[in-house]
Amino acid sequence: MLGYILRRLAATIPVMLIVAVLVFLMLRLTPSDPAAIIAGDNANTEQVEDIRRRLGLDQPILTQFVIWMSEILRGNLGESFFFKKQVVELIADRIEPTLSLALFTILIAILVAVPLGTLAAYRHGTWIDRFVMGFSVLGFSVPVFVVGYLLIYVFAIELNWLPVQGYQRFSTGVGGWAQRLILPSLTLSVIYVALIARITRTSVLEVMNEDYIRAARAKGQTEGKVLVRHALANAAVPIVTVIGLGIALLIGGVVVTESVYTIPGLGRLTVDAVLARDYPTIQAVILLFSLVYVIINLLVDLAYTFFDPRIRY
Amino acid sequence: MRMSDRLPVLSIDGLSVRLPTGSDRLHAVDNIALSVGPGEIVCVVGESGSGKSVTAQAVMGLLPRELKADAGNILLEGENILGCSPMQLRRLRGKRMSMIFQEPMTALNPVMTVGSQIAEVLEIHTTLSERERRKRVLDMMSAVHLPEPSRLINAYPHQISGGQRQRIMIASALALDPALLIADEPTTALDVTTQAQILRLIREMQERRGTGVLFITHDFGVVAEIAHRVVVMQAGRVVESGTRDEILQRPKAAYTRMLLAAVPSLDAPDRAPKSGPVALATERLSKTYGLGLGMSHAVRAAENVDLMVRRGETVGIVGESGSGKSTVARCIVRLIQPTSGAIRIGDVDVAQLPESRLRTYRRHVQIVFQDPFRSLNPRRTVGASIIEGPVNFGLGRKQATDRARELMQLVGLPPEALSRYPHQFSGGQRQRIAIARALAMEPQLLIADEAVSALDVSVQAQVLKVLDDVRRRFDLAVLFITHDLRVASQICDRIAVMLRGVIVEQGPTADVFRNPRHEYTRALFDAAPGRMTQFGAFAVST
Repeated sequence: MLGYILRRLAATIPVMLIVAVLVFLMLRLTPSDPAAIIAGDNANTEQVEDIRRRLGLDQPILTQFVIWMSEILRGNLGESFFFKKQVVELIADRIEPTLSLALFTILIAILVAVPLGTLAAYRHGTWIDRFVMGFSVLGFSVPVFVVGYLLIYVFAIELNWLPVQGYQRFSTGVGGWAQRLILPSLTLSVIYVALIARITRTSVLEVMNEDYIRAARAKGQTEGKVLVRHALANAAVPIVTVIGLGIALLIGGVVVTESVYTIPGLGRLTVDAVLARDYPTIQAVILLFSLVYVIINLLVDLAYTFFDPRIRY
Repeated sequence: MRMSDRLPVLSIDGLSVRLPTGSDRLHAVDNIALSVGPGEIVCVVGESGSGKSVTAQAVMGLLPRELKADAGNILLEGENILGCSPMQLRRLRGKRMSMIFQEPMTALNPVMTVGSQIAEVLEIHTTLSERERRKRVLDMMSAVHLPEPSRLINAYPHQISGGQRQRIMIASALALDPALLIADEPTTALDVTTQAQILRLIREMQERRGTGVLFITHDFGVVAEIAHRVVVMQAGRVVESGTRDEILQRPKAAYTRMLLAAVPSLDAPDRAPKSGPVALATERLSKTYGLGLGMSHAVRAAENVDLMVRRGETVGIVGESGSGKSTVARCIVRLIQPTSGAIRIGDVDVAQLPESRLRTYRRHVQIVFQDPFRSLNPRRTVGASIIEGPVNFGLGRKQATDRARELMQLVGLPPEALSRYPHQFSGGQRQRIAIARALAMEPQLLIADEAVSALDVSVQAQVLKVLDDVRRRFDLAVLFITHDLRVASQICDRIAVMLRGVIVEQGPTADVFRNPRHEYTRALFDAAPGRMTQFGAFAVST
């Protein structure tokens, strides 16, 4: 098991290396000239050349890559063109809101979707099932920003229960922190509730026809325990897979949601960096998201062994 | 006779279970009556669709939602099950009546330890502490003769053998000494030797505890081994019931007689040796798994297998699961590549031929698989499935279809059926289609890999007859792989007995059956259920 984890961790190295190469090339392949961007609109050719030399952009591309990689490995992600700050600082500053939002979202999604999907499977073919499935289709098809503004309108403007937007740091008070996270997380979780509820329903439904479900009932087990201990436990693997995928896909949703609720997180940072062609920041964010993706995949694979004793690495 | 003065454990009277509208008949079971006395084993026999499993489900109060019992009574020790609330039913299940299932692998929850699955019954129905429960579980595990209970208690179902799994099921079912045990085909998925042990165990447990057993089976061999009384069902009705000897020796109903006549006899008739040209010869054929990197030990699935099949001859490979008989079949068809040895089809050794050169020989060897529900593509018409091979080999669509029509008639199906889809056919019909598909390639060698094992006896007899007809007609070499000695005795000219990848005995069927030389062969024959009972003779050919 430990050997497996080590091997998997080692396997992330080539993956991350490929990502790094692509991220590095991205900058070289874009039509715009970073030196010209930094120099600004009023700079003359000499000034641009000067900046180019300072950044090392006049070196052969392989040399540039080696320098760039060694800097990254030392934890230096460079300086943002736009924010005029170290990228590492920028990310450190923005990670808390995004992490809070993501965790809240996944928590809501799991707590709502898994029971909902299980219930739909158990009451297969009834109005409960149709309601859950209907909600699921709706959740898939309504864009995040529409849900966001709708929730703001109802809960913040009309009912005045929750703040319209903004973010409060965890350190300044849990109450305010949680209060401001509820609406964005709800917004973001809609699609995951839809996704996870659907897969939960399908996998539980499949398991409900198994002999061991009949066997559990033949023992006189209550329906609740039949569902949780026997059905859900066996349906867990696909559900966990989808939750893992969901977390990975969350990154996209975070960008829009943070914009709607003006949360100063990584999503907003990404949008701002892209609009400003702030390449060092874009590169850093992509590298970070890729790393998160790889780690989540590993965690999902490890979770399989927890849920299903037949899976051993 | 058997304790008939005492109140029956189970008495079913006038029970009808209605099928959903649009089914092929109105009732799954129709006005049936049967009873099980204390300490009595009553076998319910019937073919698939006879309503025997529905009866069992009705007794347990576990009918699927779309089935409703609409008449009659089911009395468990005098208490009417049909009048019970769900909660009352839950209290009865596991405590006063319990059930074991056909496939112990799927009846055990794969993600729970076997110990906790036995303990679950105690947890539901008793107030025992966890320590006491553990002790009771260990006691039960010893009672069903599981080795090293204290080690097995923490095992997961996939870590133990099929026979052990069924023992776990039995331990769990009998943990609270129920008055009634329902056994739904509990040995059908097991090997003969394991089956014999499990039947012995059920009998032992039932005698010691005085449990009444409702034993559902399609296998008359099993009936002969275990039943006190027998109830024969057909299409939802009880056709006949009586003591075991009455039913097996002096059956009154025509249906019972037909079923009994369809049970192949264990007496292998003498057959003239075949002298046609050799169609298949394997020499020291071996397949070893797990030689790859990082594999700690290799599994020898087949080792030095020497087989020979002549045109017009049927050679059987008999063995239990894991004996390597299917591995041999798959090697010969080259669905998997053998590790070493030769496979001669005609005079060419195809064992190590690369795929590009193998193609020519593919058509000479065709295979029919066990499960007719999975071996036909559900999204294609059977016609499309049958002509696919010949068309791949260059036959025109028109000629291929004409040939498919002939073949359909040959296997006893109307040619118009070519435009239908597999789900519109019964299991036996699908198996005929699979045979037609194989024949469409005009093979020299036909491999039947447990091709009749999933079929009811009466259907099995028909499919065996089709196989034998086409063998004669096309002068086919047939390699017949089966775990069923009865079937082998009736259709095979010669048989080879396999054990752990090795052929332990090989010879003319009649010789092997009359004078088994290897101890394993003898053990197989001893385990064959109902070997002491003579069933109606049924021979396909001589």
